[in-house]
Amino acid sequence: MSGVILEADDLHLRFGGVQAANGASLKVAANERIAIIGPNGAGKTTFINLCTGYLKPQSGRVVFNGQDVTRLSPRAITRLGVGRSFQIPQLFLDNTVIDNLLLALSAREGSWSPFTPMLRHPKAEEMWALLDLVGLKETGNRIVRELPEGMRKLIDIAVALALEPKLIFMDEPTSGVSSTEKFQVMDTLTRVLDARATTAVFVEHDMDVVARYANRVAVWAGGRIAHQGTPEEILNHPEVRETVIGVGV
Amino acid sequence: MARQLVFGAALIAALAVFPLFSPWSTVILTVALCEGLAALGIMVLLRAGQVSFGHGLFFSFSAYAVAFMAAAKVGHEALVLIPVGMAASGLLAAIVGLFVVRYRAIFFGMLNLAISMVFFSLLEKLFSITGGADGKRVPRPTFAGVEFGREQFELATFYVTLVLCILAALFVARYLLSPGGKALEAIKSNETRLEYLGVSPRKVLYGAYLLSGLLAGLGGAIIALVSGHVTPELAYWVRSGEFVFIAILGGIGGVAGPFLGALMFQIIRGYAAVYAPETWHAVLGVMLLVIIFFAPAGLYGIVAGKGGKAQREEGGR
Repeated sequence: MSGVILEADDLHLRFGGVQAANGASLKVAANERIAIIGPNGAGKTTFINLCTGYLKPQSGRVVFNGQDVTRLSPRAITRLGVGRSFQIPQLFLDNTVIDNLLLALSAREGSWSPFTPMLRHPKAEEMWALLDLVGLKETGNRIVRELPEGMRKLIDIAVALALEPKLIFMDEPTSGVSSTEKFQVMDTLTRVLDARATTAVFVEHDMDVVARYANRVAVWAGGRIAHQGTPEEILNHPEVRETVIGVGV
Repeated sequence: MARQLVFGAALIAALAVFPLFSPWSTVILTVALCEGLAALGIMVLLRAGQVSFGHGLFFSFSAYAVAFMAAAKVGHEALVLIPVGMAASGLLAAIVGLFVVRYRAIFFGMLNLAISMVFFSLLEKLFSITGGADGKRVPRPTFAGVEFGREQFELATFYVTLVLCILAALFVARYLLSPGGKALEAIKSNETRLEYLGVSPRKVLYGAYLLSGLLAGLGGAIIALVSGHVTPELAYWVRSGEFVFIAILGGIGGVAGPFLGALMFQIIRGYAAVYAPETWHAVLGVMLLVIIFFAPAGLYGIVAGKGGKAQREEGGR
């Protein structure tokens, strides 16, 4: 595989009696869109947590852009260019939507002058444009706590994208988004990712979304990859259809 | 915003002219402003959801630094002693902060309390150096090279304090709107996301702690000069508790809040000490209960039109 941006190699992690990662390995090439699917408890979110520094593996290693990041903090990994959105959106709920994005922008630019109000950041327009891109410009001045879960999900992703990551992990980007809007949301996201040449790995339960937006699918089971291939190969795989998708052959 | 600016200007104008008509109030108002500065420091930390029950440490450290320097005649000039006292407490905050910003919530509050009580004990026990419970006298220094009489010195100190309070409040207001100030609020809201923005919550809190220590130190340096005497009581936990009380009484929604709280605290203390000398603490307690139940955004919230029941949730957060 050429142009590997992230390589997770033989990750192991046990929580008490649960083997959350059991030899999980994945290579991600630049500009790929990899969907991770699998039943609940298969270790999908644990894998993201291991790759983004939230959890440390008991063995194995994670290499991003040629640098071993296995023992680095989430903060350090983020600074190297790995963004992340969460299954349950992690936002500053008492702040406005634009404040959330501007704080990400300030972190990215390292602009911490105590004399410049954040709203007057020289690149603030860029964040309004990003909000516009994800269809949430109207909500910019609203307090996040007042917004529905689906919108928070998108804002969470927008905050991660505001950092201009080279690679973004998205944990169930369409959960909480209505079924009529999920393709619209994913079309928008794909457009943004393409425009920024951002590689993406996303956990997803909706197979229509997987079929349409992933160019590779990894099936998680028991803390490791059980199968991987193109969406067509995986979604027609008899075992995957029976155990993951819930459709018998 | 316009209402708040008008109120701020009116408050400053009233403070500026009051001592001219009531010279007896000069020292009381100066003390209130000094306590307001320390409470402003508490307010900065409260924005991160952290409360310090030990800021008497920085208040007293700065006051003693001024007392020692004034006694040694190293810097027998008020305009030198104030920044030196403030810098001393800033240095102490820089050291203590390295340790306490690793902790949150009750541990943060109690660690601050514990460290301040260690300092209080040292002030009490090291009699030959600190004067023990009797404290140290602070000789009246010159002011801009001029030797004033007592009243002129108090008046000059008051106006310098008022100007310093305005500058401190303007700086803190600006800081709270800056990315650093927003990151500080984010510590209360969601540290996980802050980490995933590549920001160190510890560094953000450390910066705020330093600022907080400097503000308390500024108040302590001035109070040493205006009272002419420092005692270990400045480091006692009751004093630290008063700063928290003042911050909550005044409200943390705006930088005027701690100063309003400090003025109200002095008024209540003054009148209650005359009319209810045995129960004045109870009067303060009832006042705080009324604020918490009916105006959780504090006096500032009432003035800024944010103090009603609808704001209870916000004030409680």
